[in-house]
Amino acid sequence: MPVNVKTFATIPEAAGALASERDARYIGGGTLVMRALNEGDLSIATVVRVRDHSLGTIRPAGGRVTIGAAVTLAQLLNARDLAFLHPVARSIGGPAVRNMGTVGGNLFAPAPFGDLAVALLALDAMVSVQGSYGTREMAMEEFLAGRERAGLVISVSCTRPASPEAFRYRKVSRVKPKGASVISLAVHVPQSSGRVNGARIAYGAMAPTAIRAKAAERALEGRSLDEAGIAAAVAVAAEGTSPATDPIASTWYRREVVGVHLRRLLLGQDT
Amino acid sequence: MAKTALQFRHNDREVAVFVDGGTSLLTALRDSVGDHSPKFGCGQGGCGACTVLIDGEAHLSCLTLAETVEGRAIQTADGLKNGAALHPLQAAFMENFAAQCGYCTPGMLMAAKALLDHNPQPTRQDVIDGIAGNICRCTGYEPIINAILAAAAGGGARRA
Amino acid sequence: MFELRKDIFADERDDNLKEIGKGTQRQDMLGHVTATSTYFNDHKLQGMLHLKVLRSPHSHARLRRIDLAEAERMPGVRRILRGADVPRNLNTLLSLINFGLDDEPTLAVDKVRYKGEPIVAVVADSEREAFEAMGKIRVDYEPLPAVFDVEEAVKPGAPVVNETYPKNTFTFHEKYDHQKLRFGDVERAFAASDHVLEQRYQMSPIEHAPTETNGSIAAPDTNGRYVVYTSTQALFFSLDTSAKILDVPSNKLHFIGGTVGGGFGGKVDTLTEPLAILGAMLTGRPVRYMFGREEEMQFGSPRGAERIFIKDGIRRDGRIMARQVRGYFDSGAYTRLSSYAVIKCVAHIPGPYTIPNVHADVFCVYTNRVPATAMRGFGVTAMDFALECQMDKLAHLVGMDPMEFRILNAYRDGDMKAHRRVAKNTALIECVQVAAEKAKWTLRDEFKRASSLRDGGGKRAEIPPTPRDPGAMAARPVTPAQQRTSYDRGLTPPEPSRAPPTPAPPPPAAAPASSHGATRFSSVFGRRR
Repeated sequence: MPVNVKTFATIPEAAGALASERDARYIGGGTLVMRALNEGDLSIATVVRVRDHSLGTIRPAGGRVTIGAAVTLAQLLNARDLAFLHPVARSIGGPAVRNMGTVGGNLFAPAPFGDLAVALLALDAMVSVQGSYGTREMAMEEFLAGRERAGLVISVSCTRPASPEAFRYRKVSRVKPKGASVISLAVHVPQSSGRVNGARIAYGAMAPTAIRAKAAERALEGRSLDEAGIAAAVAVAAEGTSPATDPIASTWYRREVVGVHLRRLLLGQDT
Repeated sequence: MAKTALQFRHNDREVAVFVDGGTSLLTALRDSVGDHSPKFGCGQGGCGACTVLIDGEAHLSCLTLAETVEGRAIQTADGLKNGAALHPLQAAFMENFAAQCGYCTPGMLMAAKALLDHNPQPTRQDVIDGIAGNICRCTGYEPIINAILAAAAGGGARRA
Repeated sequence: MFELRKDIFADERDDNLKEIGKGTQRQDMLGHVTATSTYFNDHKLQGMLHLKVLRSPHSHARLRRIDLAEAERMPGVRRILRGADVPRNLNTLLSLINFGLDDEPTLAVDKVRYKGEPIVAVVADSEREAFEAMGKIRVDYEPLPAVFDVEEAVKPGAPVVNETYPKNTFTFHEKYDHQKLRFGDVERAFAASDHVLEQRYQMSPIEHAPTETNGSIAAPDTNGRYVVYTSTQALFFSLDTSAKILDVPSNKLHFIGGTVGGGFGGKVDTLTEPLAILGAMLTGRPVRYMFGREEEMQFGSPRGAERIFIKDGIRRDGRIMARQVRGYFDSGAYTRLSSYAVIKCVAHIPGPYTIPNVHADVFCVYTNRVPATAMRGFGVTAMDFALECQMDKLAHLVGMDPMEFRILNAYRDGDMKAHRRVAKNTALIECVQVAAEKAKWTLRDEFKRASSLRDGGGKRAEIPPTPRDPGAMAARPVTPAQQRTSYDRGLTPPEPSRAPPTPAPPPPAAAPASSHGATRFSSVFGRRR
C-alpha cells in the first residue's frame, strides 16, 4: 500500500490524527521520516502534515525565547536574536539539511544525531506539545524520556545564556566540517563572584537521547572555572552515561574521551 | 489508493505529474518528470547526490516529500545550461577537472549554485562549508573547491 | 606541480612526450557537468518492476523452511524468486577462466553462510510493496556455530563454512591449501642471521562506499534477447556470469554498461544482474535490482581483511638474508576474487628487494563473513603495508636510516627474483632517491650514487638450492624465462607457416576441464550459437 499523506489546517486536528492511528508519523522537514520511508520502514503507514504558520515563529519572552517547532536550522541561523545557538545549528548537516531540518524534528533524532536538543537541554528547555487532551508544557528531560508518545511538538523554549561566555558548545566528529557526533557537549555555566551558579551540562551521543550529566553538574556547582575548580566535575564526567557502539565510535572510546572534552570546554580551550 | 496531483515549476517550464503518497521529490523528478540529473546515493541525507534547489534554496530531494513542492520552483542540474551554453560553474568544473566518475557532480553543481547565488565572493572556507553536504568518493574535493572558486572569480563567466 | 625527471634512465626512451605532463580532458567530462552521462539507473522503462532481496540475519544457519505463501498474495507482488528458480544456482566468478570450483549460490537453498546472504527475491510493482511482502516471508533458521577469525577457521574441527572447500581453504593447483613461494633456504639463513624479527600485521575489510550503489535493470528486448543496464566495472565478466547462471547462450544477453558511479573494485562481482534478468525472464517485464545504501555498506563486498606474519633474518650490516611470509586472506563465505588476490600477493613477495632466501605460504580462508572482493590493487596493497612497516622496523633494529636501508636491499637489474625471473627495468632506488630529495631527507653519498643499473646480476642472478617441501609435486624443469600460469588451458599455439593462413575448421568440442563447462557460455572463448 502506498503511504497515506494527510495534511491538516490546524494543530489539534493533526495531533488527533497522530493519536488515533498507531502507524501515523508527523513530518516536519522530512529528514527523519523520509529517510525511514526510503529504507522501507513499514511502521509508517500515514504521514501527518500541518499547515499552521504559527509553528514557524520565533518569539522572545523575557529572559527566554520560544522557537516554533517548524523553524528550520537555516532560519535559526538567520535570527540575529538567537546568535548563541548559531554555532550549534552550523554544526548540523550541510546547507541543504539545514534548510530542511527543524527545531522540533531535532528532538526526535536518534543518537548520534540530535545536537540541537543537546544545546537546548543545557539551556533549561521546555517543550510545548499538543496531545489528544490539549496542550501542555514539560521539561525537555521529561519530553525526551517519552518522546514517541508525547504528541505533536508545537514549540521549544529555552533560557537566554547569562552571558556570551556562559554558554559553550562543542561537537566532536570525525568528518569535518560536518559529520555525525562522536560526542556533542553543551554547558551553561553562569557565574556570580567567580563561582558557577546554576551549572547545566548536557551530552549528545552518550545515551539514546540527549542527557544531562547531573553528577558533573553537582560537582561543578559553586566552583571556579579553572583547572582545580573543575577537577571534581571532570572526574565524574561519564557518570550516568550509556553511550552506544555505532559506526562512529565505540562505547569504550566515548566514555574515555568525554571527560577530556568536558575539561577543554570548561577551560575554554580549543580542541 | 488515489494518486496526488502535483504541479510545479521545473527549471524553465511548468510540469504536472501524479504521485503515490509518500513519494520523494527525487523519485518524482526521475520517474515522473523524466529528469535523471539528481541521483540516488543514499536516501538518508548523507551524500547530497540528490541536491536540487527549491525556491532558490538547496534541498535534498530524496528527503523531500514530493507533494510539498506544489506551486514551487525546482531547479536541477539539467536546467543549468543557458540555451546551448554552459553555466559558468559547468565550464569551471570542466576546466578544473572537478569530476571523475561524475556521479556526485549534479549535486555538487547545485550546492555550488546555491552557495554562489547567496554569496558571490566566497572564501575557500565558505566553499568548503557550501559543499559540506556533498560526498565525492573520487576527486578528494580539491579540484571541486578550485572550480567553484574559479567560477566565483569569473573565470568561467566568459563562457556563458 | 608536475615535474618530469628526464635525467633518470635518460637513454632508455624516445623522449617525445606528447601527452604526459599536459592536462588532457576526460572524454566524458562534458557529460558529467551537463548531467547527461548515463548511469545504469538513468533509463525509464515502462512498467518497470522492483526487486528486493531477503537477506539472512544469521552468519551461519541451516534453512529449515521458507514460507512464501502469504508474501506471494501481497498486493503488487509479481513473483518471488527462490533458489529452485535459478537454472545453475552454484557459481564462482573465475570459473570463466577455469580457476576455482563453483561455490556460491545466487539464492541460498539449504544454508546461509554469512549475515546478509540473499535467500529469496521479491519482484513487485513498487519498492514499498516489495518491502511489505518481505515482511510476510517466514523463514525457519537453525543457527549453526560460526567462525569469524581466519586462524580459527583453518584449525581442524572449525565449523565448515563452505562445503565446496571443507577445510575452509581454497585449493591451489588442485592439491595445496595455500599458494607457495620457495626460493633458497630460509631456515638456514635465519640460523646464520644476526637478528630475526617476526611481526604480525592485520588489515581490516574496507568498504568501497561508491556514491552510486550496485544495481542493474534487465528488460525483455526485441528478438528474444534481454537488455541489461548495469553498474558493473566488468561488462563481459558480468555478461558471461549471467549467461552461465541462467543457462542461456551469451548472445541472448545485451549488456549495456553505463558510466560507473564509483567502482574501485566493488562492482566486479556481478551482484545484481543474474536476479534482475531472471526476474525479467519470469515476469516478462523490466526489473530493477538496486542496492540501498545500507545494503551497499553492509552486504556489498569489501576488500578482504588480511592477516600477515613476516619473519625476517637480517645481518648487522643491514642486508636482509631471509624473508618468510605467512598470510591468511579472509575471503568471507565464498571465493569470488580472493583466490586470485592470493596469487597476486605471492607474486609480489618479497617486495621490490633482492633477498636471497624467500619462503611464503598464503592461504585463502573461508569465514562466515561477507564475501570479499577486489579493491584498488587488492592482494598487493595490504601485503605492501605489512612489508613496508616491516622494513621500517628492520631499519630501526640495525640502526640504519629507513631510506638508505631500502636502497641497500633494493633489487637491481639482472637480479634473480624469488619467482625465478630476472629483474629488469627496476627503479626502486631512483624512486627513493627522488623522494628523499623532495622531502629534504639527507642520504649519504654512497646511497645518493646508487643505481638500479649497477651492481645487479652476477652472484645475485643465481637460483639458490631450494629444499623441497615434504610431499611436494614432482619437479618440472624450470627455466627463468618460462611463463608459469595456474590456468594453462592446454592450448598450443599454431605452427608458424609461410602459406597464407586458411580459415581453421571449428575446433572439436573438448570436454571442459572443470565441471561447469564455462566455454559453452563464454564470449571470452568466442563460442556463439
